[in-house]
Amino acid sequence: MTISTGTDSGLVAAEDVLLFVNAAITSTGQREFRSTAYQQQLSLEFLHEYVRVNYRRVYAAALALDINDHNAVLIVRGLLEHAADAGAEEKRTEGRLIAARLARLPPQRVYRLFRALRAARVNNRRTRAIMRDWLAARPDPAHDAVKYRSGLKTAARHVHLRFGGTGEPGGTGDETGDFLFRPGHRTSYRHGLLDAWRRAHYEQGAVEELPFTVAEGFAARRGMKREVFLERMAPRMTRLERLRTLGQRASGDDARPPADVDLTVMPLTRLALYVLSLGFEARSARRAELTDALRTAARRAAGPHAGGWGRVAAVLDDSYSSSGSGEKRRRPLAVALACHFLLEALAAPGAYSPLWTSGRADPLLVRPWGPTPLGIRVLDALDLTPHRLVIVSDGWDNAPPGLAGEVLRVWRTRLDPDRRTAVVHVNPVYDADGFDVRRLAPSVPTAGVRDAEDLPALVEIAGFAEGRTGAAALYAYLDRQVARFVSDDGAGATS
Amino acid sequence: MNRLELTGLTTGPAQVWGGIRLVPLVREQPVGGLRLHEELYSDHGHGVVDLGPRTHYASVVPHGFVADWSGEGEQSAAYGTQLGAAADSTAGNRPAPRTARLQRHRHHRMAKRRPGDRLRFLPLHLALEGYLALHFGGPAVAWEEWSRQALRDGLSPRAEDAYLGWSVRGLGDALRVFEIHPGQCGVMVYAADALAAAFVLPHPDDYRLLHPSLVEDLYGELIHQYALYGAPVPDFAARIPDGPQPWSLAALRAAARECEREWAEAHDTLFAGELLDSSYAFDRVYRMGPFTLWRFLPPFRPGGAGQHIGETITDHKGQVAYLKTFRLSEAQIRRGHLLHRLADADWRIAAAARALGTTEEEVVRRIRAAGFDSLLRARA
Repeated sequence: MTISTGTDSGLVAAEDVLLFVNAAITSTGQREFRSTAYQQQLSLEFLHEYVRVNYRRVYAAALALDINDHNAVLIVRGLLEHAADAGAEEKRTEGRLIAARLARLPPQRVYRLFRALRAARVNNRRTRAIMRDWLAARPDPAHDAVKYRSGLKTAARHVHLRFGGTGEPGGTGDETGDFLFRPGHRTSYRHGLLDAWRRAHYEQGAVEELPFTVAEGFAARRGMKREVFLERMAPRMTRLERLRTLGQRASGDDARPPADVDLTVMPLTRLALYVLSLGFEARSARRAELTDALRTAARRAAGPHAGGWGRVAAVLDDSYSSSGSGEKRRRPLAVALACHFLLEALAAPGAYSPLWTSGRADPLLVRPWGPTPLGIRVLDALDLTPHRLVIVSDGWDNAPPGLAGEVLRVWRTRLDPDRRTAVVHVNPVYDADGFDVRRLAPSVPTAGVRDAEDLPALVEIAGFAEGRTGAAALYAYLDRQVARFVSDDGAGATS
Repeated sequence: MNRLELTGLTTGPAQVWGGIRLVPLVREQPVGGLRLHEELYSDHGHGVVDLGPRTHYASVVPHGFVADWSGEGEQSAAYGTQLGAAADSTAGNRPAPRTARLQRHRHHRMAKRRPGDRLRFLPLHLALEGYLALHFGGPAVAWEEWSRQALRDGLSPRAEDAYLGWSVRGLGDALRVFEIHPGQCGVMVYAADALAAAFVLPHPDDYRLLHPSLVEDLYGELIHQYALYGAPVPDFAARIPDGPQPWSLAALRAAARECEREWAEAHDTLFAGELLDSSYAFDRVYRMGPFTLWRFLPPFRPGGAGQHIGETITDHKGQVAYLKTFRLSEAQIRRGHLLHRLADADWRIAAAARALGTTEEEVVRRIRAAGFDSLLRARA
């Protein structure tokens, strides 16, 4: 697949594409520090429609980038709902992209997407085929039937799926169909999970055999003690469930976590969020353990780039606005913290200098408080003559307002016109009014960021925003991403 | 003492949200020996204050402030703190009570001594009551123009309107997203770049706790309308001039510092000038050790810049430790002006007309238009 537009409109189109990619990476339609959930959704909805109508190929190609799940679902939905606008060849490429993306999405999101498609009455042949393929690729339909009962039921109804068709000699598929659509028809099930669900209604021991989210409901109904229940369920939890329930499992309020939890395997940004959810005493008491886990996760995320970025300076925003909102609690601060450890891994050993806007130096004890004197901090960072300057901030520079932009402008035009220092600004917050992430200065490329792990890829995308590489290079990049994404489909599927 | 001295407070860079501009005031050193706490009241703030025999003041009183000059403020607990038994004692098994009893709505006096070196006062109401009580006794001499009610009751009942901070559009959001500076002890609130209120406290910790209380304060009609109809105000973004000078990082840093200094200067002269440059009539309310609680009234000059009433606590050097102001609307300034002129002329309409440079009929018309109709006899 190739994406091309006329050269005259090329630059404008490239800008639109970057704008959309930034929005698709950062916005989740949830409340932010400075905008409500409704504003975010309204803004995002417009942007999706605008890009879908004007640049449908780019819209589909965005699925190959590191956009967040919320936007991936919106794009898939948009493509399937407005199928008439696409030609046969386009549809084929879209189909491949959608299938590859669905394979990587968490199943609960996909089931929610299917429900939305059903509500929107999208039931064309392509949609049915995509849904059927995805359902067929699920490792265990019985597990889905228990864990995503209504989701699977809706999807199966929508695509007229027959359980227990050919190729299932054990007949468990048939069982799944009965389990969903004819409850109470069988006295027992041969499949362990289905039978556990049946037994869990009257037998407490069976609750432990169920997936965690399902078991939670039964445990509540049985009045099981939460601590005991979590302790027993620990082996059956997913990685993130284990991280989420850590605080509840620890006996005492800030005691050490259970021994079976290995923090080092958690994704970097999730880990940063977990660290920030702890109190200051707990953070300092477990300093060695937490720092070690964050460093390990960062090294894993850095991968082949580790140590290759030379002298790096980072300006990290820990102002009050980085506390996020009730829905995205401390997200911008967690991204900054994760970026701190990732940049430490990316920089040459010992050549990394972090500068928090508050002036504090201990990354583990950061807290979102105070104004954003970004301009002064950028000056401090430039004093160190780094090869790369990374600014992690929501772009609201207020002490004094706009100083960072001015400093960067003068630096670019007067002090460093031949670009010895590469400056990049990554922004974790989508600005609903501006339809983009907030920029600091026109001369500094800005990229949206959701997970710090994507930083190397984002820096590459941000390079296109600088305007030095033409629109053609951007489209070539998109083509490469699409080809890579479609070829290794399903490889990166998450649990 | 006839001026407000905001020495020790430096102006920080403003933060803008929609039509509201908030300018932080930062103290290098907190004022020693004085702390302020908040005290909440029930009944959704509907409060009645006994001022004296048969005189009451009724308003929305959502909270009061308690000034503590004992010097032990560092150790005192915040509002709502409850003492419980230790966890391992026998009494510790009982859960701590989840609710705190709020004060009943009837208050005695605007400022009332509490046990220890503490004084409870009702912020802003102290100042508003000072304005409402302006020449409250009415005509001192029974000239024939004044009605029997005016001679008997004075200006009573006297009422003024104000808006709660909740109903000032954008103020709540602006306060929510405001990023408090380290060491910040005060703020100046502007709606459509008209100074709505100034709020200064002695200690940064007090400010952090009382910052949200600004949304429960009273604001004049003018501010409410400016916030409602005003367009978003622009940020005063920093500008570094592209001079021909040789650039270096040090020069860039100096230029950045210059930006900050320019803004602070511009704010103090252009924005807050009307508050800081006018002279006030100070009325001492309470003396607490080295500190004095005052309320003040502006000179009531109509047609000029905005005028503010308010209350302040100053230390023995006259330095402001606490300040809270309320911007009067134009009509309120005119009413104050008229009452002042009448009182100066011993309530003789002819003399007041001479002082105002107009005719007696015009003065009568002004009195009626100001809402003091009941003061005049029907045939006056």
